[in-house]
Amino acid sequence: MPTKIEKDATTGQDTTGHEWDGIKELNTPLPKWWLYTFYFCIVWGIAYTVLYPSWPTLSSHFGGTSGWTRRAELAETLTAQKAAQADTRAKIVATPIEEIRKDPALMGYVQAAGRVAFADNCAGCHGAGGAGAVGFPTLADDDWIWGGKPEDILQTITYGIRNANENSRISDMPRFGADGLLTKEQIGDVADYVLSLSGTAADPAVLARGATVFAENCAACHGEKGEGMHEMGAPRLSDGIWLYGGDRKTVIETITYARRGSMPAWIERLDPATVKVLATYVHALGGGQ
Amino acid sequence: MKFSHAIIEKNVLLLAVLSLLTVSIGGLVQIVPLFTIESTIERVDGVRPYSPLELAGRNIYIREGCYLCHSQQIRTFKDEVERYGHYSLAAESMYDHPFQWGSKRTGPDLARVGGKYSNAWHVAHLNDPRALVPESIMPTYQFLNRPLKYEDYADHLKALRIAGVPYTDEMVAEAVKDVRLQAGALPDADTAGLLARYPKAHLGDFDGKPEEVTEMDALVAYLQMLGTLVDFTRINPEDLKQ
Repeated sequence: MPTKIEKDATTGQDTTGHEWDGIKELNTPLPKWWLYTFYFCIVWGIAYTVLYPSWPTLSSHFGGTSGWTRRAELAETLTAQKAAQADTRAKIVATPIEEIRKDPALMGYVQAAGRVAFADNCAGCHGAGGAGAVGFPTLADDDWIWGGKPEDILQTITYGIRNANENSRISDMPRFGADGLLTKEQIGDVADYVLSLSGTAADPAVLARGATVFAENCAACHGEKGEGMHEMGAPRLSDGIWLYGGDRKTVIETITYARRGSMPAWIERLDPATVKVLATYVHALGGGQ
Repeated sequence: MKFSHAIIEKNVLLLAVLSLLTVSIGGLVQIVPLFTIESTIERVDGVRPYSPLELAGRNIYIREGCYLCHSQQIRTFKDEVERYGHYSLAAESMYDHPFQWGSKRTGPDLARVGGKYSNAWHVAHLNDPRALVPESIMPTYQFLNRPLKYEDYADHLKALRIAGVPYTDEMVAEAVKDVRLQAGALPDADTAGLLARYPKAHLGDFDGKPEEVTEMDALVAYLQMLGTLVDFTRINPEDLKQ
């Protein structure tokens, strides 16, 4: 309860007039700097709500007199960025990859943009730097399943492998064991034969039997000597490079159940320039033919 | 009469009533418009309720706390749009109860992860994230290769219908069958009905075990549809005014 405002003898300051059991309170004014900052914040706040989207109304909201929106600003930024890169990207789309590789300016762009796009879109499966993982081919070596020429790589990235896109690369290895096309013994023999193509030693009698099974069932796609066929996406079997593992058990599993790895059609997610950049980048990882 | 706050301070009831009044103004200004504003959710084509299998996957996503490390909200920033795709729309989570926007990205945003990786990748990655991404700190989820409990999914749909998700009687009636159908457990059955009810649903055996519907099937089906419903090639940013 304010009672009587007095002047404090020590400080010369007024009291607030409140008194609790004989204790009185000084009414020291707020520091000027604090007070003006406070007023400035109020003015700033009001100005902000006038300029920018702020108050809700019953059916919508007040959009602000400046007309600013986050989405419009983003669209502007992206448009400006696209415009800045438009020439380069148009050139990349129009230039064959062989030509891009000879153009230092375009190749510089490919290396910069490709590194980012690869890390975001490809590295999840193919590993950082294209090191690969079990079931996901290494991209930095010269062993290619669907072909390592620039146009092959471009085709693979654009339309993917075994997906719903109508241009997708498709080939289905038969499930030789699961569907009863070969007996367990035949699969064992042919597994030993396939391993022997990469230099693993085995009993000549087994190899002779395996060679027959191979010639009748595998050679049509994987080649007579297991050299592979890019058109069929049939991997080379004679180079000691294994996508799912090169131990006997895994090879038997592969022949029994087949492998049908899949890759998305990136043209459905990325623009043509990015796809071309990625194809050029992957080709340049070291194994491009 | 000169105003004196002593009157309020000395009258507890008046103080309570006036305090309540002050606080409610703040509350009402924030809350009332949420019920009356119609334009918060953009009108876009393609957003549909989750199929029962996707819903089961979503429930596993929530159960395992995936949202603690993964957001599902691409914000309107250049770096996010470049990395993850078109920014998220409110409409895209309008059937989420509760939404999974998240507030923390230890792992990447998943709002548009659908279609980015193959089913086999998701299964291999959930089984052992470090087999594919050596630097990953994500836990392993091998235990998801167990049978999914889906006999009660009609009830899940009914419960969400109460919350406002437009599940039809047909969707509820077919829920359990739709789970098996989408997971490829009924190989010879006709999927036209399922696709009519849930356009763009990913069909197929996700985990390589066709005869069994596993939790892995459900989670991968859910991940593969995330962010794929709205066709952004047909949307003009001008039409997205809120």
